[in-house]
Amino acid sequence: MKSLIQKLVETPGPSGFEYAIRDVIREAIDGHADEVRVDALGSLIARKGTQTEDGMRVMVSAHIDEIGLMVTHIDENGFVRFTNIGGISPLTCYGGRVVFMDGTRGVIGIDGIERGKMPMLSDLFIDVGATSKADCPVKVGDVCGFERPFLDLGKRMVAKSMDDRVAAAVAVEALKRLEATPHEVHFVFSTQEEVGIRGATTAAFGVDPDVGFAVDVTRSGDTPRVNPKMATALGDGPAIKVRDSSFIADPRLVDWMVTTAEKADIPYQLEVLEAGGTDGRAIQMTRGGVPAGCVSIACRYIHSPSEMVDSDDVENAIKLLVVLLSAPIVLD
Amino acid sequence: MTKKLEISAGQVPEVGASQIALLEKLCNAVAVSGDEHEVRQIVLEEIKLIADEVRVDALGNVLATRFGRGENRVRVMLAAHMDEIGFMIVKKHDEGLFEFERVGGVDERQLPGKSVMVGREHRPGVIGAKPIHMTTADERKKKIEVSSLRIDLGPEIGDQVKPGDRAGFATRFEVLGPSLRAKALDDRLGVATLIELLKHAPDQIDLLAAFTVQEEVGLRGARVAAYALDPDMAVAVDATPAYDLPHWDEDDENDRFNTRLDAGPAVYVMDSATIPDRRLVNWLVETAAQEGIPCQLRQPGGGGTDAGAIHKTRAGIPSVSVSVPIRYAHTAASIARLDDWANSLRLLHSALSRVTPGLLAGERRD
Repeated sequence: MKSLIQKLVETPGPSGFEYAIRDVIREAIDGHADEVRVDALGSLIARKGTQTEDGMRVMVSAHIDEIGLMVTHIDENGFVRFTNIGGISPLTCYGGRVVFMDGTRGVIGIDGIERGKMPMLSDLFIDVGATSKADCPVKVGDVCGFERPFLDLGKRMVAKSMDDRVAAAVAVEALKRLEATPHEVHFVFSTQEEVGIRGATTAAFGVDPDVGFAVDVTRSGDTPRVNPKMATALGDGPAIKVRDSSFIADPRLVDWMVTTAEKADIPYQLEVLEAGGTDGRAIQMTRGGVPAGCVSIACRYIHSPSEMVDSDDVENAIKLLVVLLSAPIVLD
Repeated sequence: MTKKLEISAGQVPEVGASQIALLEKLCNAVAVSGDEHEVRQIVLEEIKLIADEVRVDALGNVLATRFGRGENRVRVMLAAHMDEIGFMIVKKHDEGLFEFERVGGVDERQLPGKSVMVGREHRPGVIGAKPIHMTTADERKKKIEVSSLRIDLGPEIGDQVKPGDRAGFATRFEVLGPSLRAKALDDRLGVATLIELLKHAPDQIDLLAAFTVQEEVGLRGARVAAYALDPDMAVAVDATPAYDLPHWDEDDENDRFNTRLDAGPAVYVMDSATIPDRRLVNWLVETAAQEGIPCQLRQPGGGGTDAGAIHKTRAGIPSVSVSVPIRYAHTAASIARLDDWANSLRLLHSALSRVTPGLLAGERRD
């Protein structure tokens, strides 16, 4: 499991540029799905199972994109200005290392601001080691992601893009472990979540599910002086989302998820996320409306190059997802 | 219905006197988001003999189709928005003074002292401001909030205006040597471009032209237009700011200009609403290189076009945007270059002529 997560987090794939990570997913699920297709926005959709009388068409969505940077300008001296793809804080940029889709590497520098002042993205630049505009190997529109090796701390794991590759790993593993299901399950490895839940929007329309689950990371409320407060903690089990700022999970589905977790003796925690959204919104709002929920994995330092999750939470999230998908879904 | 203009199919469109005259008519019309009637009438009149099918949908979009010939025709949607930023009258006061609100992205610092046209009758008014004689030095440092501004139409004209009426800037279209100066070049340049492309549509594709409404208030018309047309791919044709003015400090390189005048059509690689399919970006850039048409990449960043709504429609529609660069976008008067417009038209026509099913075969990739 850790090796799959490592492979996933170390593959670059900023929003809109998920082709490499998509290939990694495709290889990871090879032979385990009944059908695999890619939609117009690049989401990989793997179907498994045949719908029985008690079954539904179920969408499970984990996004494979990550936050990243795009080049806006190369100046006369070969310094590279950039803009954000998704929610990038200037706080986590300075001194960071980036890798472009073609393998070109660079570091993020800063100048022109007062010491101690919070920088803006426009104060930052990427230095790829060029000496002038002429020998700069990148051009306007090129895309890069942060580069940071996977760190195994035993029970805890750290990497950039745990958001949401850890959930992609959970979905991959659940797909592989899922044996008997009454459902036609569509595992969607969605694109462009970080820029506005776009891939899941078109995937949900295409899948046309009866019910859906997002799998994503959520904030963890167990760091010193956490603000705003949150009831989640690393190691307390997968989080069953009640709401976030993009959607309110179907309460019937939440109740059923809780009951199912308790029956299967899988630890869980309830999640109320005050700022943040997931693919659950896209599922809920597609076509005529769809009951939707979300299984989350608590994560510290989200959208930094060092996002931390708990190994037991990951394993229990897989177990929960498999259990949820193995029985008829009851909404009452 | 006979098609008098059939002979022009496939020919490379040009920007000449009649195209400029059409653009003038389009720019001088007022079509603030939600009341696009005046521009819609011009569009309908222009395309009635060209398109195979024309309809106006529930939101007021004009959807025109021109079918090609042969097998495996790609259905290409082109979108240009008919609406413009402007104002809506919200409250009537005595003596023909009106409170108003902004429609779309208008910078309130731009407003005092501007002439406007109110309602479909283009009633002339002015956004009043305290004259310099009466202001204090302190007042002159502060911006005047919209809530403190009034449109002054005078008593008699004012009697005929009511809350809900739209108002647009009153700037008249002018050709200034190699340049154009007008209000609403965003996006009448796109509307005029689409009309020309319909007239000269390449034969191997089905051209689905959407003249959209309510883009400036959130890409609303394009959303339903794309749903209805259900195309294989889409190109939004718009106008985008060129902030290519020199910095006063010459040592400080201007690294955020968005686009430059005279550098040709601007192809999008990312804005707030869309990360275009790179196959389509490459299709445009490669066409420009092979045809020797100047072309620039718009600096990635904020902003949005109809592509933002279109690409998320149904199960997803590969989309890209092309804009004509204009200075002073969303103000009373913008400046564009005739050559940039002509090259945008050439680029789009050449690119459309090269569309084959192979363009979208396989998966979205770099």
